[in-house]
Amino acid sequence: MPGATFLDSTELVLNMGPQHPSTHGVLRVILKLDGEKVMGTDCVIGYLHRGVEKISENRTYAQFAPYVDRMDYVAAVSNGLGYCLAIEKLLNAEATPRAQAVRVILTELNRIASHLLWLGTHALDIGAITPLFYTMREREECLNIFEKYCGARLTTHAFRIGGLNWDIYEDFEKDCKRFCDYFLPKIDEYEELLTGNRIWVERLTGIGILNIDDCKSYGVTGPMLRAAGLAWDLRKAQPYSGYDRYDFEIPTRPNGDTYDRYIVRMQEMRQSVRIIRQAVEGIPEGPIMARIPKVIKPPVGEVYVSIEAPKGELGYFVVSDGSLNPYRVRIRPPSFINLQALDKMARGSLIADIVAIIGTIDIVLGEVDR
Amino acid sequence: MRKLLRTIFLVDLLQGLWVTFRNQHPKYIYTEQYPAERPRVAERFRGAPRLNVNPENGETLCISCNLCAVACPENLIVVTSERNEQTRRKELINFTYDLSRCMFCGLCEDACPVDALELTQDFELATYSRDGAVWDRQMLEEGPRPTRYTH
Repeated sequence: MPGATFLDSTELVLNMGPQHPSTHGVLRVILKLDGEKVMGTDCVIGYLHRGVEKISENRTYAQFAPYVDRMDYVAAVSNGLGYCLAIEKLLNAEATPRAQAVRVILTELNRIASHLLWLGTHALDIGAITPLFYTMREREECLNIFEKYCGARLTTHAFRIGGLNWDIYEDFEKDCKRFCDYFLPKIDEYEELLTGNRIWVERLTGIGILNIDDCKSYGVTGPMLRAAGLAWDLRKAQPYSGYDRYDFEIPTRPNGDTYDRYIVRMQEMRQSVRIIRQAVEGIPEGPIMARIPKVIKPPVGEVYVSIEAPKGELGYFVVSDGSLNPYRVRIRPPSFINLQALDKMARGSLIADIVAIIGTIDIVLGEVDR
Repeated sequence: MRKLLRTIFLVDLLQGLWVTFRNQHPKYIYTEQYPAERPRVAERFRGAPRLNVNPENGETLCISCNLCAVACPENLIVVTSERNEQTRRKELINFTYDLSRCMFCGLCEDACPVDALELTQDFELATYSRDGAVWDRQMLEEGPRPTRYTH
């Protein structure tokens, strides 16, 4: 720099990602540093852009359903549920009670699977390797249930517009109950490993604080919002798929830091187990598919339907022009919106805390870039 | 005071170490020795496609209705058929299935009215070339042929 003396300090620009292992995919962050201190961040996204929204315009309504699984690939069932609900609303149809109960069970299992993956990788970023092996082990049990139910483990394509394609398999209820009984002590085990651990507590408390007002102005939803103290959960606020029939709580925490988000997600897994137990007890008998036409041709109109995905509010805005293909599908992914708060959270923190902050947002880049 | 003692004697860390120690027990071994130990996939697993034939006379069940090709989101199925002048029925000539673009959504299987096309439990689909991922009728009916090594 011309005219600079050796005593001048300038901003150091450091590139992090897209191959960095703790950016959870292909996120590239340009860090502006003053020594160890982060003065600003710039996110570069789009490395995983596949044009999902554009693809929808060239596919029929039923054909587009497998593609939404590929956005948030760790919570594919939730994505599918949101899409199916949106098209059902467009068709003015509703899934049968039996289909709704099965949908709730599978989405809650998927919430557990998603939170488990988050817990394992987040802990790994911070330096605790052990939880990753345990969480992967338990996630496997969830995925096995998916595999037995719909034949795929990750990109499940579990639901169809109007209900389900398959009825539940013979031991479905037994498998779910066994998973619940097996899983609750395992959450205690994770908490034993992490919650009281002084390194974990020191690394997380007071890091990446985002208070309620910031959350609202950034549009942040999901566990991040609940960790800031607002009990906002779409499953309670605007119940869909029969969630109003189940008794569960919305865990909240007051501080809005990384540690609180960890606690909220752990509590959410317990609540999910609670919902699964209630839902498995009373799966109603009846048809699994509502009466919808074989060729889906919705009337002209537009709908917005949002659900509580594991990462926050997942919304689908579908415009129909009365033809076989959607005119436009706009997706509101929770990861993309939550990621925008990264700069606010990271500014002023140390460079070592950046990985903790990226981890705590729980982003999936497939969903950010779509 | 109690908190101080807990801090000094590293109770929180020992607690975690005890969890990892408990998990040392051989009954917690979950590793699957893959090629030696075959995983058992579920009955509904969606893997390699198969074109079913009638077990009695070996004739294909496919009626060349083209519904699978229409249902496929990726347009990777090509059904070639010819109308038989005597019986007035369509007869299948070739059936191409491009596995390299398949995402195993199962929509073709759902669309098939005679259960001729089926996604099976076979999950080992690696090939040495991209051409190998395009399956023709013979391959779909008989399963993949053994790889021929050139060197």
